[in-house]
Amino acid sequence: MRDDLLTYLEELKARGLSPEREARLRAELATAEEEHGLPPAAAQPQGEFARFGRSIYAAGDLLVLRQAVAPQLSSAGLSKSLDELLERDRQREQDGFPRKIQVGKLVKPGRGRSGKVVVVPATVEEKLFHDPTVRPPGEGGASGGTGEGEEGEVIGEQPVREEGGEPGSGPGQGEGENHELESSAYDLGKSLAEKFQLPNLKDKGKKRSFTRYTYDLTDKNRGFGQVLDKKATLRKIVETNIALGNLPDVAAIDPTRFLIAPHDKIYRVLSQEKDYEPQAMLFFLRDYSGSMAGKVTDLIVSQHVLIYSWLLYQYGGQAETRFILHDTEAKEVPDFYTYYNSRVAGGTQVYSAYQLVNEIVARESLAKDYNIYVFQGTDGDDWDEGGEKALPELGKILTYANRVGVTIAEHGQGESGGTQVERYLKGSGLLKDKPELLRMDIMAEDADEPRLIEGIKKLIS
Amino acid sequence: MELINQHTKRIMEGCKERARAAGLSFTDESLEYVVTNRDLLELSPKVMIPTLYDYWVHDVEVLREKGKYELYPHNPYETVINTRPPISFYNDNNPDWLNVMIFYHVLAHIDFFQNNLYFRHTWDYDFTGQALSDKRVIAKLRAEKGRWVDYVIEFARGIDNLVDFHGDLADLFVPPETECSSRLDYYFDVFLQAEKKVSVSDYIKEVSRYNECLKAFGEQGEKTFFAEAELHYPELEAHFARSGAAQPAKRRDLLRYLLDNSEFLARDENIWMRAILEIVRSTSLFFQPQIRTKIMNEGWASYWHERLFLQDDRIKGHEVDFARVHAGVTSLPRVGMNPYALGMRLFSHIEEQADKGRHSFAFQRIQDADRRTQFDTGTAAGRDFIFTVRENLCDYLFLKDYLDQDFMERHKLFVAGKRLDRQRQVWQYYVKSRKAGDYRQMMLGSLYHPPVISVDPAKGIEGSLYLTHAFEGKQLVREYVANTLLGIEYLWGSPVYLETSEAEVAAAASSAAGQEEPPEAEISWQRVLYSMNGKVLSKKKV
Repeated sequence: MRDDLLTYLEELKARGLSPEREARLRAELATAEEEHGLPPAAAQPQGEFARFGRSIYAAGDLLVLRQAVAPQLSSAGLSKSLDELLERDRQREQDGFPRKIQVGKLVKPGRGRSGKVVVVPATVEEKLFHDPTVRPPGEGGASGGTGEGEEGEVIGEQPVREEGGEPGSGPGQGEGENHELESSAYDLGKSLAEKFQLPNLKDKGKKRSFTRYTYDLTDKNRGFGQVLDKKATLRKIVETNIALGNLPDVAAIDPTRFLIAPHDKIYRVLSQEKDYEPQAMLFFLRDYSGSMAGKVTDLIVSQHVLIYSWLLYQYGGQAETRFILHDTEAKEVPDFYTYYNSRVAGGTQVYSAYQLVNEIVARESLAKDYNIYVFQGTDGDDWDEGGEKALPELGKILTYANRVGVTIAEHGQGESGGTQVERYLKGSGLLKDKPELLRMDIMAEDADEPRLIEGIKKLIS
Repeated sequence: MELINQHTKRIMEGCKERARAAGLSFTDESLEYVVTNRDLLELSPKVMIPTLYDYWVHDVEVLREKGKYELYPHNPYETVINTRPPISFYNDNNPDWLNVMIFYHVLAHIDFFQNNLYFRHTWDYDFTGQALSDKRVIAKLRAEKGRWVDYVIEFARGIDNLVDFHGDLADLFVPPETECSSRLDYYFDVFLQAEKKVSVSDYIKEVSRYNECLKAFGEQGEKTFFAEAELHYPELEAHFARSGAAQPAKRRDLLRYLLDNSEFLARDENIWMRAILEIVRSTSLFFQPQIRTKIMNEGWASYWHERLFLQDDRIKGHEVDFARVHAGVTSLPRVGMNPYALGMRLFSHIEEQADKGRHSFAFQRIQDADRRTQFDTGTAAGRDFIFTVRENLCDYLFLKDYLDQDFMERHKLFVAGKRLDRQRQVWQYYVKSRKAGDYRQMMLGSLYHPPVISVDPAKGIEGSLYLTHAFEGKQLVREYVANTLLGIEYLWGSPVYLETSEAEVAAAASSAAGQEEPPEAEISWQRVLYSMNGKVLSKKKV
């Protein structure tokens, strides 16, 4: 496979390739041999080293003496106040003060398809105080200790979490003790829709779901039932009387002469009704090639969590997800955890992911039954320079998808607006021709949470 | 919340008798409540004061990762609160022997609250009662002014760490007869030294002339003195008036300064805001001594619960149970800091040293290690000595004065460091230093210390407020500057300036995983001036 890529690279070179781009591609290629494995769970300090650097003010009598555990707020107590908090926050903005509630603080979902995202609506009490993280050199990272050991002697070791731009090390920082409040992705979506006034979906598309029932007086029954359907009954009576020859002149009908048989009475009865709900299939595509190391991956994945939560809310929980990762080849992964955490390596062929989406949709004939959304995240790099392979596949997706959203998180390097994906998407004219189907959002590597949400508006509205 | 039952209360009263006999002193009455987890949830955001005013932030998760204890130093799960009578909180299913231990711990805390001089300003009133009336004031205001009450609370709380606790404390202890007039202070401290730059001999001459005037004319001494001084320096009175020293402002106490000097708060329609500022300020001042005596307070309580429990005849047979719990509370961790363990051992160490008369110059000048270990004058005054320490010191002085090399060696203490071994991908914990000086430095550095930010009226032109942050080797948290200044601007009613220092890190380490280890790159400090004008923040270098 590496040889194939090398030949491909040579081809590209023959067609003309700027030196720095070649260097970048080669750097990616160099990582192609590496595994996309999941990083091991981050090692939290445990055992005797857990207290390193912990403040003396962290200890309190109630917990220490009674050996009790700190009580935790439940999500039930939270959801009650959430609406109120958001309302308060909106009011703040109207009063001319910055918003203070932060929602959508994300924590990595665990393994499995639980669909749970931990969200903590939180706030900060800002004060002027010393920043403990900025210190003169050599003065930081010390704590107390007791016991044997010479000066300079190493008394213990602790494995570090994987180092260097791992996707697993970024999003969802600070798991553990501070996040007692669990709320489902649905709640996050709700608050996103409310707080950021993301548009509610208008066109909910085809109605194909058969999962819910409501009860209504819809079935008709002759002879007996709960409510007399007068119109239907009259129609039946007229029919019968015509058949009996009891209605000689259509121009002068005399209802008093009608013969009414009990059997002609039509009633309505209570019956089970299928309720048609829209449902959605979300495809999340992520580039996990070597160039995606670092912050860009965090951005893409965080935005995808937000989109997922929001659509889950929009579809009342009726949204299914598929996760696709690609470098030069695409593969589907079973859960968000893997999607979120897989290690970056290898080259980049965007079309492979598009192709896989098309395959899945065709194989499972999803186009008929679902609103299909495709969200793709990339750093904009593609070995397929002009999009010769990607564009036809993308065109195919656009025939059935409700929305394709492409997020490009640009690296700091290079001039803005210069990434391959951006160039060929713009060049193809698809963005202009089908603005209701295809959207693109380009953000810089240092985008923050509000910028992500701004991006979602762009992709979805 | 309900009171403990009669049986348990009787145990408490027994503990009080024994604690008094051992020398602790506290008021007769105390209230003990049983709390459930649900109660704790409601109490902890209100720092265990059941009657504290309502504020919406109390109902929200507050992000506390960064500088957690800089921002919120009072631990939410304290057992005893310093009220009149003192209130303490308990589990309802503790066995009696455990309650005995906790009661002794609590009584020692109460003794500390009621005798340590840093708590002096809390002695004359009951904080829960005060808080209840404050709560009603705020509730009433909220009914009238709605959400604007919460904005004012928010802005006031944003600067509630900038209260001049030590200044207020000093006022309590300066005897009235030692006070001089502000004119006299100005003449000797500023005018002669800074403005006239007189020689030392002339200065001393002036001092003795003043003393003679006092002797000769008594009450009229100062007047006579200045009458003569004006002959020398006709411009004195004008300088004095201009310096503004006539009304010494509380410049290090931003909340006080705003209360006294803000024109915005003095307007008729805004006068209600002052009540809120006063409440926030007094609440902050109430908690200040508690933050500054954490190690001493816990050490004192642990010292006494150990001593008194072991002497208590009522709990025979539970020595092993006690030993397990006690060890869990007061064992020194291999790595990390434990205020209970450190404080308790330091009190014992001080007592022992005092018993042997080692807090003396005679001992300190001995260099010889053998003679040091044998030094014992047999004064046996240790118990009295630790009571003095308990009365007069705070954490800073406690550690600074008594954490010495003997103590370090006795308990095998060291400064632990943590560094990254890149090759093997492990964090290494190592013994960084065994010197008492380094250990003290590390401990003192971790103590609560809000920034010193003072008002500079001379620089506040055209009604603006000019704040100067005294640089102590640390910068302020940058992301919080904007909203805090926004609040100050609101309360002041005119533009606000903040002069502070910021770090410029030369070459930031690129590795993401190296974050926990501070970058070893050179830090250069730059003085910058923030300005908040019409809710817009800008920054320039000074």
